[in-house]
Amino acid sequence: MRGSSPRMTAVRAGRSRIMQKQSVFHSKFLPYMLVLPQLAVVLVFFYWPAVQAVIQSFLLQDAFGLSTTFVWFDNYRELMSDPDYFSAILRTFLFSVAIALSSLSLALLLAVMADRPLRGSTFYRTLLIWPYAVAPPVVGVLWVFMLNPSLGVIAHGLRAIGIDWNPLLDGNQAATLIILAAAWKQISYNFLFFLAGLQAIPSSVIEAAAIDGARPMRRFWTIIFPLLSPTIFFLIVVNIVYAFFETFGIIDTMTRGGPAKATETLVYKVYSDGLLGGNLGSSAAQSVILMGIVIALTAFQFRFVERKVNY
Amino acid sequence: MANVVLRNVRKTYPGGFEAIKGVDFEVGDGQFCVLVGPSGCGKSTLLRMVAGLETITAGEIDIGGRVVNDVEPADRDIAMVFQNYALYPHMSVYNNMAYGLRNRGMAKPEIEARVQEAARILEIGAMLDRKPRQLSGGQRQRVAMGRAIVRQPKVFLFDEPLSNLDAKLRVAMRVEIRKLQRRLSTTAIYVTHDQLEAMTLADILVVMNAGQVEQIGSPLDVYAKPATTFVASFIGAPPMNLIPLDAEGVRARFGGAVAEAGVLGVRPEDLAISSEPPAPGGLTLDLAVEAIERVGPETFVYGTRSPGGDLAAISSKPGELPPDEIIIRIPGQEAPAIGQRISVVALRHNLHLFSADGRRRIAV
Amino acid sequence: MVEHRKFGNLLPHLVLWTGILIVAFPVYIAFVASTQDNATIANGQMSLLPGGHFLETYYKTLFVGTSGTTREPVGTMLFNSFVMAMMIAVGKIAISLISAYAIVYFRFPFRMTIFWLIFITLMLPVEVRIYPTYKIVADLHLLDSYAGLTLPLIASATATLLFRQFFMTVPDELLEASRIDGAGPFRFFWDTLLPLSRTNMAALFVILFILGWNQYLWPLLITTRDDMQTIQIGIRKMIVTSDALTEWPVVMATAILAMLPPVAVVVLMQKLFVRGLVETEK
Repeated sequence: MRGSSPRMTAVRAGRSRIMQKQSVFHSKFLPYMLVLPQLAVVLVFFYWPAVQAVIQSFLLQDAFGLSTTFVWFDNYRELMSDPDYFSAILRTFLFSVAIALSSLSLALLLAVMADRPLRGSTFYRTLLIWPYAVAPPVVGVLWVFMLNPSLGVIAHGLRAIGIDWNPLLDGNQAATLIILAAAWKQISYNFLFFLAGLQAIPSSVIEAAAIDGARPMRRFWTIIFPLLSPTIFFLIVVNIVYAFFETFGIIDTMTRGGPAKATETLVYKVYSDGLLGGNLGSSAAQSVILMGIVIALTAFQFRFVERKVNY
Repeated sequence: MANVVLRNVRKTYPGGFEAIKGVDFEVGDGQFCVLVGPSGCGKSTLLRMVAGLETITAGEIDIGGRVVNDVEPADRDIAMVFQNYALYPHMSVYNNMAYGLRNRGMAKPEIEARVQEAARILEIGAMLDRKPRQLSGGQRQRVAMGRAIVRQPKVFLFDEPLSNLDAKLRVAMRVEIRKLQRRLSTTAIYVTHDQLEAMTLADILVVMNAGQVEQIGSPLDVYAKPATTFVASFIGAPPMNLIPLDAEGVRARFGGAVAEAGVLGVRPEDLAISSEPPAPGGLTLDLAVEAIERVGPETFVYGTRSPGGDLAAISSKPGELPPDEIIIRIPGQEAPAIGQRISVVALRHNLHLFSADGRRRIAV
Repeated sequence: MVEHRKFGNLLPHLVLWTGILIVAFPVYIAFVASTQDNATIANGQMSLLPGGHFLETYYKTLFVGTSGTTREPVGTMLFNSFVMAMMIAVGKIAISLISAYAIVYFRFPFRMTIFWLIFITLMLPVEVRIYPTYKIVADLHLLDSYAGLTLPLIASATATLLFRQFFMTVPDELLEASRIDGAGPFRFFWDTLLPLSRTNMAALFVILFILGWNQYLWPLLITTRDDMQTIQIGIRKMIVTSDALTEWPVVMATAILAMLPPVAVVVLMQKLFVRGLVETEK
């Protein structure tokens, strides 16, 4: 694709500075017509619900939906003093860190290995990226099957080495189950980005390091890892967001938040509190808090990750 | 002793492509050797084989008397300056230069001393704290060289280091590199596709084409006595005029000793416009002027031997002129008019004769 | 790699193949399970090699359905998933293309405001606004409909941003030449911009199709009728809490079938997929 590289860099670097083309059309109504479909969808299905969520978080509805009272921040206060909610927050963060760490380190290892013998070849890449296409519920089904206490293949193996495996009863084992399944699914996504990041490092820089006396391990830690750090930061944020939201499908298929809420993440709690508990106000408040967390994470990514991209 | 010797070095890629077809030469201690040739001739590959960045399929490479075929680049005691400088983007200039020394466990004070000395020589002392992205192309080039000289290696390897600089800077840096190398008396191997750089920098010139060495010698020797038509048209700009002769023509011109078809070569500067017949054994050509180029101190005149003929198709051999087109180089700015018919002459001792396939120089 | 150690080249391959096996293992097990009969599996005696029930299980899965909680054969659910994924992909690309076109190539009041309005939607995935969105969809009588399934998911801005970024790199000279040739906004869009955007559209299509296919929470909420369920929901409903009732071969076959289209898309259109992924995350 043609295009002057200064422009590309400007677009990339100045995300918050919107540049306009020099040559433009000057129709009166056409632009509005063009933007209308997306704007309509966005207003109806994004902003309106978001506003509704905020409003609802300030309400208390009784069980039959007959009367609603405006209660200001009561729902929030309740949440903040609810030990269940705090454990959900803690749990979600713990999950995120565990999933991100395990998935990232394995993916990095694989990417470093794939980059070496076959730089530019897509063979290994093909074989390692397809799990991205597997849907969360399917992931859940697959892993539930393998780790099913009575008939799972891996469960057999675990029992053979003396581990009493029963995620239906043991909360920690259930949590491990979720973490394993979620990390498994993310490996390919992380692998892809690591590979791209590695291949963006010019081989001449690595060769220069080799000539400068650096052995492979030293090269990795002093040259490759630092140059990969923007990708690493970016992926950490993405993985955390992933762990927050996309694990819903996995949890709903595998443990449904149990046993005894051991695998209930924040998103899952929104779902179960609203659907099953009937406390829409609290559920809405939780949604709003989640919105806040995501916005904070995204903002963090924009500000800090983008800064480090250019050397 | 830090000489470099290549003995029958070959490289074949897994697919079967033979990139280097048997290369032999020696670079003496402290000499500046330039590998020159068109793109794809294998010069960079050869340099990288000396560096240890490419494997050697057959033959031996010797550095300082030691065979280094199986020695890792880190252990060959060499330093390399890359075409795109390959500076470590996340490190300051100081750390870029100190990196290699740190890897070898050198003490801090000594590292400091060496880096400061190199910075002084290259006049980059003011930028030691900056990162590569804050430097201009020329400055980055100096840092790349600084990184190489702090190591005090046995051999410097340069892979087209000036290609990314603009023309003026290139000329200035060319001189700098030469002065630096002389001052440090380190053996150097330099790769370029620019024949002017090659001529001005080299102690020994190695002309390469398609994986083979065409000629080795001092620049002026290679210029005065090219061994093949490739070298003849590659070295020297504008390129040498090459005129194919059949056996009759050769015998007629060069006497009975040689009686096969061949190629006659004469450089543009050895042709003069004159209506008088040349001395015996010399060459006369009748040309119709097609184009004139005035560059200031001299003028290039392009003429064709077939009157009014179309300009021949572009030659497929790099550096060679299309057949029938002759270039003459005349001092000053006076030149004949376009379309005019002129006569040019060359003296006998300025004529070159090559075999018909261009692969051999024939002594006359 | 720079080093030339003889066996040094083995290590990467070894590690990579281990990785490939780890990654492929669950799917392999699923496939094996789908070709064996339920009794063997339920007894915990499933072997590690495929059995002989391939055709029978898959036929049953696709056209007959289980005797468990899903009464719907998988074929219908696959169809629903397909329609949903297509609608999301195509819909999103269509509205984003014209939005980005308007924002980049026109000057009009509120241009920036509209851009930011769209940009912000990047931040919040549907999981965060599920109940209110549900209420709105219900109020619009769009429950259990394809429209209800897809519209809320078309809202986010990734595609618009991608196209905008791309349009910014298209040289101004193209537009100027077009105008000199007498082309108005429609012609320019149709004849020049669109063909140039083809690769981006294709890459985006791959990503969005997979995204749409793999949607779970949203379809779960708004479909109540069995015949409107997507394959992801179907899978979920097959796992009954009591192991004794789960027909594992059918479940596994469903899992394999649910995976096939998106995986096929990723593998066959790998270059486009990678490009789409990398571009949308920038």
